[in-house]
Amino acid sequence: MSLQSNKTPQSLADILTLAPIRLVASLIVPVLTFIIMYWSFNFMNDKEAPKLLVMLVGLFIGIFGVWILYWSTDNLVSWLPTENLRQGVRPFVFVGPAMTMLVTFLIYPTFNTIYLSFKDARSVNFVGLQNYVFAFTSPDMKIAFVNNITWLIVVTTGSVMFGLLVAVLVDRVSYEGFAKSLIFLPMAISFVGASVIWRFVYAYQPANRPQIGILNALLVMFGGDPIGWLIERSFNNFALMAIMIWLQTGFCMVILSAALKGVPTELMEAARIDGANEWQIFFSIVIPQIYGTIITVATTVAIAVLKVFDVVFVMTSGQHGTEVIANRMYVETFRNRDFGHGSALSVILLIAVIPIIVVNIRNFREQRKSN
Amino acid sequence: MTTYTRPTRSPLQKFLEKSPVHVAIVFMCLVWTFPTAGIFISSFRDPQAIRSSGWWTVFAHPFEFTQWTLQNYYQVFAAQGMASAFMNSLIVTIPAVVIPVTVAAFAAYAFAWMDFPGRDFFFTLVIGLMVIPIQMALIPVLRIYTSTGLNGTFLGIWLAHASFGLPLAIYLLYNYISQLPREILESAFIDGASHFTAFTQLVLPLSIPAIASFCIFQFLWVWNDLLVALVFLGTSPDVAIVTSRLSDLVGSRGQDWHLLTSGAFITMAIPLTVFISLQRYFVRGLLAGSVKG
Repeated sequence: MSLQSNKTPQSLADILTLAPIRLVASLIVPVLTFIIMYWSFNFMNDKEAPKLLVMLVGLFIGIFGVWILYWSTDNLVSWLPTENLRQGVRPFVFVGPAMTMLVTFLIYPTFNTIYLSFKDARSVNFVGLQNYVFAFTSPDMKIAFVNNITWLIVVTTGSVMFGLLVAVLVDRVSYEGFAKSLIFLPMAISFVGASVIWRFVYAYQPANRPQIGILNALLVMFGGDPIGWLIERSFNNFALMAIMIWLQTGFCMVILSAALKGVPTELMEAARIDGANEWQIFFSIVIPQIYGTIITVATTVAIAVLKVFDVVFVMTSGQHGTEVIANRMYVETFRNRDFGHGSALSVILLIAVIPIIVVNIRNFREQRKSN
Repeated sequence: MTTYTRPTRSPLQKFLEKSPVHVAIVFMCLVWTFPTAGIFISSFRDPQAIRSSGWWTVFAHPFEFTQWTLQNYYQVFAAQGMASAFMNSLIVTIPAVVIPVTVAAFAAYAFAWMDFPGRDFFFTLVIGLMVIPIQMALIPVLRIYTSTGLNGTFLGIWLAHASFGLPLAIYLLYNYISQLPREILESAFIDGASHFTAFTQLVLPLSIPAIASFCIFQFLWVWNDLLVALVFLGTSPDVAIVTSRLSDLVGSRGQDWHLLTSGAFITMAIPLTVFISLQRYFVRGLLAGSVKG
């Protein structure tokens, strides 16, 4: 890979023989790469092509093609006449592809979605704020808003509290690693997989038949009647939230556990000598020390909860009063084909995360300054 | 003033003193593993048995081998299209991890070690994009895809997943690459190395831990994703991935627990393996601060 051209060729002979070859090579390679990539994009686009071959071509282009592209454009830059020019252009060889992808797939779409949210279902005529009026007044959406807020409060506090509880408890035992792994494991499970898992936990059979869902089995064992957990409006939402808490607790635990280990032991020892009990130590020393981490973790969970889609989509499709904004967005856009409604709902989700974006950027700026 | 000495205690005493802690931990662990255990055990039981008795009843007679069967897996693989969905998931996931990590590594290097106009602005942009809800991108990208014929193709979903993963990738890799010792790079430049050589020969090998943790994130995120796959790939059998196939099964065969349990376990097998074997890198990535939109 050291075919480098920053160094100027040493002798006249070098310049005469090597330079033209290298110049030609550094022109041909990118052109060839582009042609091959273009051809392969067409091939990968072809729905008739054998799948395995498509993947192999994709992998090949994904690994080698991308590398050759970087390498050959970098090589081309080396042929620019002045050092200043080379140094000016080279960084864009490195960041260019990433920025192009971000612009095409995130930045342009963000503005486009905001624009579309003021147009009608087919994105033809302007309708002013009509889509937002729908978003804030239709009965389904009112349910969705109330549910999303409940989700935010219940799941965020639930995950953080359970995560903190486990982190504090396992710190005192010898099998810490094992216990943590068990709690952490659901993080690897998809929302869809988790939904199936919990659908089985909530499974309902009429009272005269044996219960196969563990929750109803326990209920019947203690003399109760089986409950349709996902249908009963008073707690079906909480049944869904339990799934999310189950998934997110491991994340909270890992981060909080690391923060707990960072609390200086001298501080706690000093308090202990002064006669403080474990509870006092926890609430007046440990919690203030890890407060920043708790906020970070809670924010992360809140962002995930805000966009919760899969769990509701798979478990109830938003029926029986379990609608949430992200599920409504999917249904409006891809079932009802109403891009106006869908865009407006996306924009509402965006507005909800704007404060977090601002804080993230500010934190980063401060971090950079202090470095 | 009396000196305070702790009474010496036997290990058993210590254990008993902590018994409330042990009970609480074991209880939490059971609650967290039972749901998954139910699916796992049921997936090996006869369909009739799943319907007529709770999965926990097998603990009464675990060694009656006639009650165990692989029939469910066979059925969900062959008849329910889970085999081709599994293949599709692999096809979608591998390039969707490799492409963004390469593109992000180059960008992260530039942000960390090269000087160019607009650097801070672009990087601020990347940080801002980290938590943008992907819902914002779905409709416009779908419109682009419909007009270019990329809709429903693997290439389309690779590019989408790669781009959605980029902000986090750049951020994670930047955090790591910018912390590499300055002297190493400077001495390389003095020896005449170009940025490209420094990047490939020096920075990339040193950044393997950060690259590994991002790869695990992106792998889990792509493999477990449902929304992006539903929108850009669809649910037709030739392209559907395991999550959309499983979600379809819940809709169409919602009471056939033998299919749902084995299907669910198939979707979970690979991520669980990756996760358990590479947990170290995953945790490291988490602690390096990762929030994805």
